Amino acid sequence: MPLAPASMSPLLEVQDLRVEFDTPEGKSRAVNGVSFQIREGETLGLVGESGCGKSLTAMSVLRLIYPPGRIASGRILLRGRDLLTVSEPEIRKVRGNEIALIFQEPVAALNPVFTVGDQIAEAIRVHHKVSKKEALAEAVRLLRLVQIPDAERRVREYPHQMSGGMCQRVMIAMALSCKPSLIMADEPTTALDVTIQAEILDLLKRLKEEFRLSLLLISHNLGVIAGSADRVAVMYAGRIVEEAPVRVIFAAPKHPYTIGLLRSVPRLGETGRPARRRLYAIPGTVPDPYAPEAGCPFAPRCPDVMPDCRREDPRLLPLEGGHKVACFLHHPAHPSTGTATS
Amino acid sequence: MTGTPKGSLLEVRGLKKHFPIRRGVFSRVSGYVRAVDGVDLALKQGETLGLVGESGSGKTTTGRCILRLIEPTGGSVLFDGVDLLGLSPAEMRKMRRQIQVIFQDPYSSLNPRMKVGSIVGEPLAIHKIARGTDREHRVADLLCKVGLDPMAMRRYPHEFSGGQRQRIGIARALALNPRLIICDEPVSALDVSVQAQVVNLLMDLQEEFSLTYLFIAHDLSVVEHISDRVAVMYLGKIVEVADAESLYRDPQHPYTRALLSAVPVPDPDAKPQRIALRGDLPSPADPPPGCAFHPRCPVAVEVCSRLEPKLLDSGGGHLASCHLVHPDGAGPPV
Repeated sequence: MPLAPASMSPLLEVQDLRVEFDTPEGKSRAVNGVSFQIREGETLGLVGESGCGKSLTAMSVLRLIYPPGRIASGRILLRGRDLLTVSEPEIRKVRGNEIALIFQEPVAALNPVFTVGDQIAEAIRVHHKVSKKEALAEAVRLLRLVQIPDAERRVREYPHQMSGGMCQRVMIAMALSCKPSLIMADEPTTALDVTIQAEILDLLKRLKEEFRLSLLLISHNLGVIAGSADRVAVMYAGRIVEEAPVRVIFAAPKHPYTIGLLRSVPRLGETGRPARRRLYAIPGTVPDPYAPEAGCPFAPRCPDVMPDCRREDPRLLPLEGGHKVACFLHHPAHPSTGTATS
Repeated sequence: MTGTPKGSLLEVRGLKKHFPIRRGVFSRVSGYVRAVDGVDLALKQGETLGLVGESGSGKTTTGRCILRLIEPTGGSVLFDGVDLLGLSPAEMRKMRRQIQVIFQDPYSSLNPRMKVGSIVGEPLAIHKIARGTDREHRVADLLCKVGLDPMAMRRYPHEFSGGQRQRIGIARALALNPRLIICDEPVSALDVSVQAQVVNLLMDLQEEFSLTYLFIAHDLSVVEHISDRVAVMYLGKIVEVADAESLYRDPQHPYTRALLSAVPVPDPDAKPQRIALRGDLPSPADPPPGCAFHPRCPVAVEVCSRLEPKLLDSGGGHLASCHLVHPDGAGPPV
């Protein structure tokens, strides 16, 4: 694990982001007041279960939210410039050029009727004035960079001729093509087998070091996050409920949801196990986004719930050591602080 | 498998499924995809056998061939001593009362136009076991068993979350009091916290109804958790099978070792000792000669490209098919 980067200036700062969906069933606040920072050269891991708003948060950064969804409020500062207020041509320059996106399904994200070389070259030529030939030569160089063997030949291949892992390497090459400062990777290895997943994660780590990239790594897999992130933000029901350096979140989680999530992961090779233990399971299900109740969204499932939790939604407040948690058990001003049983 | 374990509920011998590749205007068969290529498995009453492997290894096809949802090309599937492959369609339908299946995707495996009550009650109707209020009572009972409100029977699948839908699928599988359930990636589409609930439910139901599970999954940690024994598949063949404890503590086959070493560990201080594999999974239409794993194997020797290794016991019922493991029984140096 690399040490925390020396530079502390935030590259990206998201402040109080809210994304709403207006549908016939009512209004849902899919992202409900999310704030975080990503520093230069840092990997922020964003974890949470389906529907918690982690992908929408990333899409909002590039203003890729379409009706019935809309960004209701907030600020998204890239090196101090608010991306929510810039013009459409301006944000288009940011997409791919300054911030690149890698998706979960690499095979679906590539166009099946063009060669991978053409697709990488197109990405380059959208942002830079170079000839097709130069762009293709650059594509070969990028394919080598992402360790695709026999790059000169494979640059002329179509996506269907490549495996899922190879396609994800192509996506990464495309993401790198305009030398962005931030890559947002949304479940980049979820569709891949474990052996391939490990290779892709290694590659991302190496490229991040080499180019001093910042990375927003979105994943539901805590193992992936543990191995790749510098800092971790845990999302639940549209909010960040806990944020801390990676070691802290795994060694000393504070929020009951984070604790429950970590306990419910089956771990490999716990030797001397009694045969077929029961797994710890968080009771209940995530709240209905169209019928939000007052108070902390985790209260109905929380083992440590208190009367206040059902009345008021706790804010994300800082503890020491860069640790933030949105839970009354840990709020300095709350009378119950320090009585947590966890 | 060498020797027949006493009291096997299910015994699969030399199971093969070769899908023809058709080319040209006359759809001439130009080759075969050897999706399952000689699989031997045995399940004892009440045990869980985990079947793991990466995509394309043939684990799902194996499960479907056992149920004859896909007709196998060869081999035999003995269930309680009866060869399922020799049964007529009508006899097979009767047999399916005892062998049920839970599918991976809780979104596409439930008919969106049917109410939950009809979905769970359908097996009872097909097999003419219960009707009218009797059926309704049974359905209510099944829904309770899987942790759902009996009132759920009046609602449609889309009103439920992924985890709840998987519970509906489990209730349907239980409706006929089966003895064997083939669970094909039953928790892969679920979130971690919900996955734990469903894994626990499957273990509880197994105890209550002394069910036997063939648990097909790619997640090695979940499989370790739920299985008594585990079989590892690679390119249509079983390469290793052993007690869960023995397989995870002391994996013998280089493929199993690589697979286990690649699982991301939820601990930032874990030092990954990852064994890298060269290249991608070869096409099952054109499997490599000798040991199918040899082109990617980090410890392959000359003989591996010539001779196919047999699945042999290296002590205590731990079977592996690797030239370096047998005959001396020692693991290959990694």
